[in-house]
Amino acid sequence: MATVAKQSQLQSDIDIKTASSAQVNLIGISKAYGEAWMSDQVLKDITIDFPAGELTVIVGPSGCGKSTIVNLMAGFEQPDSGAVHVDQKPIQGPAQDRMVVFQETALMPWQTTLENVTFGPKMRGEKSGQALKDEAVELLKKVGLGEFIHKYPLQLSGGMQRRAELARALINEPRVMIMDEPFRGLDAMSRSLMQEFFLQLFEETRKTNIFVTSEIDEAIFLADNLIVLSNKPTIVQEVIKIELPRPRDYKMLTTEEAFGYRRRAMELLHDEAMKGFAVTK
Amino acid sequence: MSTGKSSIAKAFRSQTFRRGVLAIIFFIIFWQVGSSLDDWIGIDLFGIGLVPPPGDVLAAFLEVIPLPGYWMSWVSSFQRVITGFLVAMILGIPFGLLLAVNRYFRGVFFPPFEILRPIPPLAWVPASLIFWPTNEMSIAFVTFLGAFFTIVINVLGGARSIDISYLRAAQSMGATQLDLFWKIILPGTLPSIFTGAAVGMGITWEVVLAAEMISGGGTQGGGGLGFFIWNSYMGGSLEQIVVGMLSIGVAGYLSSSAIRKLGYTMMPWRRLF
Repeated sequence: MATVAKQSQLQSDIDIKTASSAQVNLIGISKAYGEAWMSDQVLKDITIDFPAGELTVIVGPSGCGKSTIVNLMAGFEQPDSGAVHVDQKPIQGPAQDRMVVFQETALMPWQTTLENVTFGPKMRGEKSGQALKDEAVELLKKVGLGEFIHKYPLQLSGGMQRRAELARALINEPRVMIMDEPFRGLDAMSRSLMQEFFLQLFEETRKTNIFVTSEIDEAIFLADNLIVLSNKPTIVQEVIKIELPRPRDYKMLTTEEAFGYRRRAMELLHDEAMKGFAVTK
Repeated sequence: MSTGKSSIAKAFRSQTFRRGVLAIIFFIIFWQVGSSLDDWIGIDLFGIGLVPPPGDVLAAFLEVIPLPGYWMSWVSSFQRVITGFLVAMILGIPFGLLLAVNRYFRGVFFPPFEILRPIPPLAWVPASLIFWPTNEMSIAFVTFLGAFFTIVINVLGGARSIDISYLRAAQSMGATQLDLFWKIILPGTLPSIFTGAAVGMGITWEVVLAAEMISGGGTQGGGGLGFFIWNSYMGGSLEQIVVGMLSIGVAGYLSSSAIRKLGYTMMPWRRLF
């Protein structure tokens, strides 16, 4: 009974929170690198929809263009053709409505944790002084770094760095979070703790989240939608709807349902990986 | 870092420091024994029998202490080093940063820079003696060159190797081009600037000494430590030559400690471990 009440509470929270989330669409995107005579076509006419307020995970064989998709959505790179839309409007380069959490930490090593978090709002001149500091400290406490606000990034453990980076992104009030293999390089224990922490954060805020990973278990544990990409030319092989209930916990990964998702994803990825293997031989 | 007194006391408690002091003492003993063996047993065992023993050098040092000319040499050399070094920093840091951030600027200025860079500063001495109206200016110019190329190449390399994620993260947070320069590229290059400064300072001392020897200094004391050594050589005082050499060692050490200290103050995130 308690779970039911919790579920419906969660549902009403979602309705409120999605207002601060945006829908993202990749529409017919192509992207090649290098000169015309020896260009490497990474993406060819790919279309993906990311529903507002949902967590969409992208998995695919290595080198299939996952990072390219991240860079295009963030606005760091421009597509050769096609467009990225946020709430039906084409994006104009990088902006604070789409915050990226990078593969390896991108905290500025010369700034303390607190300075890193206040960097964006301060630079834009939106907020300053005590109010900004209070907000940043609040956020850092929320990610469990209340005691570390005056430490430099190099003094933090890998897991702490990732959490500081989450705080730095969130203070900018993005409507979309883009995570590019954010937990790569963490040891297994920190990684699973980070996954749980991150999931809890997502379930609280319900910000549209685009999460790139190469770990299938991580993908299934986190995702509402699991997008499986194929190797070049990169297309969406399948969108698997992950219908494990939220809030989630680790035990759900051992259910029959989760195994089903896992098997399906493995099948799709295995074939692609084989192709990639043969190509690189 | 607290007051000087307590930091010296603290230093003495550190094993590294005591080991360093001990090493210097051993070096002096070796030097004394090596240079005296020929007198004592008739064999110049270490091949340094011609080097004046530390006792004689100390005596020579005590002799020059009251001479204003000796101290003037310090002042002149330091003036030249600092002038050349500061000008090299003031011109080299912006130049290196511009090379790093602007493709067109790099296209125009990098190729000639790369042709001039391999020319050793000392190869510039004859030309600059002819070109500049005074000796002093030619020494300053050559000294400047010594540090300039090193600083530029370090700044350029440092700025170009800044992790692109820092720039992208800042862009997402709404950074303008100016923000990127002042808030990411400049602090991100600071460690390389200090590396360049430390190496550049060393080269500056090398160059200034050689330039002083070649140009002949002129007035007493105005010639600097390089001329002091040269003059001692002409006068045949081996002890004074060594005094001059050790003076340069100390001067160079003082200069590089100053840079280290400044770097330590300006880059708090680098003193973590």
